[in-house]
Amino acid sequence: MAISFDKALGIHEDALELRVKRAELMANNLVNADTPGYKARDIDFKAVLAEQANSLDNKLKMTATASGHISNQQDSFEADVQYRIPHQPSLDGNTVEYQKELAEFSKNVLDYQASFQFLNSKFKGLTKALKGE
Amino acid sequence: MSLNNIFDIAGSGMTAQSVRLNTTASNIANASSAASNTDDVYRARKPIFAAIQHEAAREHDMPHTNGMSEHASHGVHVHQIVESEAEYDMRYEPNHPLADEKGYVIYPNVNVVEEMADMLSASRGYQTNVDVMDAAKTMMQRVLTLGQ
Repeated sequence: MAISFDKALGIHEDALELRVKRAELMANNLVNADTPGYKARDIDFKAVLAEQANSLDNKLKMTATASGHISNQQDSFEADVQYRIPHQPSLDGNTVEYQKELAEFSKNVLDYQASFQFLNSKFKGLTKALKGE
Repeated sequence: MSLNNIFDIAGSGMTAQSVRLNTTASNIANASSAASNTDDVYRARKPIFAAIQHEAAREHDMPHTNGMSEHASHGVHVHQIVESEAEYDMRYEPNHPLADEKGYVIYPNVNVVEEMADMLSASRGYQTNVDVMDAAKTMMQRVLTLGQ
């Protein structure tokens, strides 16, 4: 019986990856806080994760017979990046709200650590099972 | 893992903010550099920031509406440094060696209060980028301990 890592690790692997992507977006927003016309972006974490979990369950993939065919499976959350709606838009067209962005970034780091903890314990569980402790 | 990208992004931000701090320092240092005509006088310098777009977006001329993550901006850079168009400060100082025939000396169009505010904003921005980099470092170190 082979161990399937996908099944063993569950959603936490995807969640961790998504957290990294989100951290990247937040970092981008923070760094462009003084850029005129920059629009802050974020992802709807819940929606993306639900989508990922869905695609894990039912893999109804269409066959691509030519190179021009578009896959019906979404590999990542790319299309789900949305623009933030600012509470108080500034005159230069920048929609980054510094404090909010900073709070979201710190929150995301904590969530990342939580996801990591889950993933780590999954690995620990596997090791334990292998050793037969 | 694209944690490396965060280092690049925060690094670009730190570079841009230090350029901004440089222009502010230059402006404040030259705030009282007098001249006798408008051609010679120092003009306040202002950096203009712009988001760095991913190369892929430029190469394929993709619309901005889809695939935003891959074509998302990738940090910030100083697009250009412009000279301020504000009015010069004409002061009547007949005893000044640079005074013109009417007794006026021209001082640069540097607004020191504005520059101080800009300086605070730049250093706050710099600090945030350091924090972001630090957080990314912690996240990366965490990954290295996976399975331990």
